[in-house]
Amino acid sequence: MLSRTADSLFWTARYVERADFLARVIDAAQRLTTLPASYSDASSEWESAVLSSGSGPGFYALYGDANEETVRDYLVFNQDNPSSIRSCINTARSNARAVRTALTSESWEALNTAWNELNTVNPSMGAEDFSRFLEWVKGVALAFDGSARRTMLRNDAYWFLRLGGGLERADNTARILDVKYHLLLPASEAVGGGLDYFQWTTILREVSALTAYRWVYRESVKPWLVADLLILNRQMPRSMISCYDVISRHLDLLGDQYGRRGASQKQARATLSRMTGMRIEDVFQNGLHEFISKFLIDNEKLGAAIAEQYLT
Amino acid sequence: MTPFDEMTGLTPDGVRGLYTEVKRWLDTTPPETMAARRAQAELFFRRIGITFAVYGDADAAERLIPFDMIPRIISKPEWSQLEKGLKQRVETLNAFLSDIYGPQECLKAGVIPSDLVLGNAQFRLEMMGHPAPHNIWVHIAGVDIVRTGERDFYVLEDNARTPSGVSYMLENREVMMRLAPDLFARHHVAPVETYTDSLLATLQSCAPTGAGADPTVVLLTPGRYNSAFYEHSFLADKLGIELVEGSDLLVRDNRVFMRTTDGPQRVDVIYRRLDDEFLDPLVFRPDSMLGVSGLMSAYQAGNVTIANAVGTGIADDKAVYSYMPDLVRFYSGEEPILNNVPTWRCREPEALSYVLDHLPELVVKEVGGSGGYGMLIGPTSSSAEIETFRAKLKNAPAEFIAQPTLALSTCPTFVDRGVAPRHVDLRPFVLTGADEVRITPGGLSRVALKEGSLVVNSSQGGGTKDTWVLDD
Repeated sequence: MLSRTADSLFWTARYVERADFLARVIDAAQRLTTLPASYSDASSEWESAVLSSGSGPGFYALYGDANEETVRDYLVFNQDNPSSIRSCINTARSNARAVRTALTSESWEALNTAWNELNTVNPSMGAEDFSRFLEWVKGVALAFDGSARRTMLRNDAYWFLRLGGGLERADNTARILDVKYHLLLPASEAVGGGLDYFQWTTILREVSALTAYRWVYRESVKPWLVADLLILNRQMPRSMISCYDVISRHLDLLGDQYGRRGASQKQARATLSRMTGMRIEDVFQNGLHEFISKFLIDNEKLGAAIAEQYLT
Repeated sequence: MTPFDEMTGLTPDGVRGLYTEVKRWLDTTPPETMAARRAQAELFFRRIGITFAVYGDADAAERLIPFDMIPRIISKPEWSQLEKGLKQRVETLNAFLSDIYGPQECLKAGVIPSDLVLGNAQFRLEMMGHPAPHNIWVHIAGVDIVRTGERDFYVLEDNARTPSGVSYMLENREVMMRLAPDLFARHHVAPVETYTDSLLATLQSCAPTGAGADPTVVLLTPGRYNSAFYEHSFLADKLGIELVEGSDLLVRDNRVFMRTTDGPQRVDVIYRRLDDEFLDPLVFRPDSMLGVSGLMSAYQAGNVTIANAVGTGIADDKAVYSYMPDLVRFYSGEEPILNNVPTWRCREPEALSYVLDHLPELVVKEVGGSGGYGMLIGPTSSSAEIETFRAKLKNAPAEFIAQPTLALSTCPTFVDRGVAPRHVDLRPFVLTGADEVRITPGGLSRVALKEGSLVVNSSQGGGTKDTWVLDD
């Protein structure tokens, strides 16, 4: 397969995943800010939405204050923000268009239809339409992912998609934790009270895991278990370890197909074995923040290794 | 003069036998059903992304070419005659190119003036003494045919560079079969879907002799911003070949490779949809970001086949076109089966003075132009437009040819109010391989949607129709 094709597939999946992530972060923030003021601090919610999306510098260069309006403008519709939902869908579709031959018609149509529909959306819609719009964005990711799973041949084209999706998802989950780790530190348990509880459930909502949490732990929401679910729990498809299961497996499949393994297989395997068998207590003991920071750096390095090995 | 209508003939209420069922279908299908089907067709094209880009039109970066649902029908005897004529015509194009980049017999014999060929911007000196592999230059030709009467077909242009539109031929048929299965059931329509297999076989047959039994073919596109990108990706997909951009290819030791996830892989045949000027920045335009450095030297070394060959533009120059009947006789010893449209070469003083005296009646075209740009259609132009053009023509007469305004045939077409006749042309696609010439029955019918308009180009508001060659 052409390196450029692999690159476009990889980034198509990343941008779709990122659009989905943004929709969930904004949805969760919006939900939290509708609670009475004693349960939430609206301005910091919007701010953390901006930070979680990784677009802090770009955002604050344009706006003084993070609120519903500015966040909606920048993270959702702004064409000049390469990571807005609109830009993500445009870029994903444009990448997919460049390599249409590598996608099935179902997968292509999922993105092309989304792109056509996005062009008819009115950015100044009311609150109710806006939350329907966020649902629609999640639906686009489901349709794209689902069509790829149901229709694509299991070969390198598919594996590069899954690889891009896995890498982006790992980054997104880690980024939420990077912004909100302080809420999960043991000290906050003592504070107790409503505010923290809603912050924790918001984190779970951001990764669509509130219901999953209850099924996995069968107890009330505890900050260290939230961290466990997002970092080390293999049942949870967005946990960092699950993302690395996906990444490592698909890198191995590529290595097998091409008959050799390289730096990216080695790095992914190293991150995965470090997390395997780790307990959440160990993570807290050695510092949650340090752990997340290192993970984000490693994840970025892995992206560079994949690019070097396959995409150029 | 009333043009020949392919459904009614020359009498407005008549029906040519060929169109009996279509006429009945038009008369009996309720307008709501027709409207619903047309909407369905539009949705289908939009959803699968069959679009083209119009240069200089920022608002409509990706537009649909209007599809007209009424099929255009060609009888078997009509087609057989066209097929023979096309084969003869394309064989002549290939013989001509082999000749001018080789012994130049046609120039020595005075069949065509030397300065017209050797001084032409499309003549590629780089190809002198480098015969194309298997002596095939025009692997894919899209010859534009117009009709003016029951038996009168003319070649309007020989598109011998990188003709486009074949994806519409194929997709129009797909859509038509979904929208009007009942109408198909009542005709024996020759299939067009064999085109992609024919194209692949043609390209493979032309691989360099050293390429081995299973040559690697790629399609080279200028990229996603090109107006015909949809077609490039569509064809690559149907052929099962890689769709490459210049940056995906590299040349090492005069051999061409593509960059893959599994390392460099050898390429034997390049179906390029990129003009000569952009192919290799070392030889042609040095500012080309779309080409491949060293490609020409690999080509001249005989290590890769480029389809169409470099330098074919000379054969579809509109002044060279006017010599085609003589070239057919010169190379085959036969009389041309397909007519040329009578053409005045403005480079000749007598012709020029005739043309200047008759501008309001004539069609004047740039010799190297395409896409319907830079031409004058006398009868539909204002006197101011004619005068502007007159100045251009006087300034560089050799750049222009003129032809009588033909009464192109019309076909019934959906318009704002019901069905009305609109002018059409036909672009069949002729494939020439090392083994045989393959012509898919049918082609792209383009239709000028504006009343009275003779310009069918998609860049100028033309639409397309499914073209049916009947098999009985």
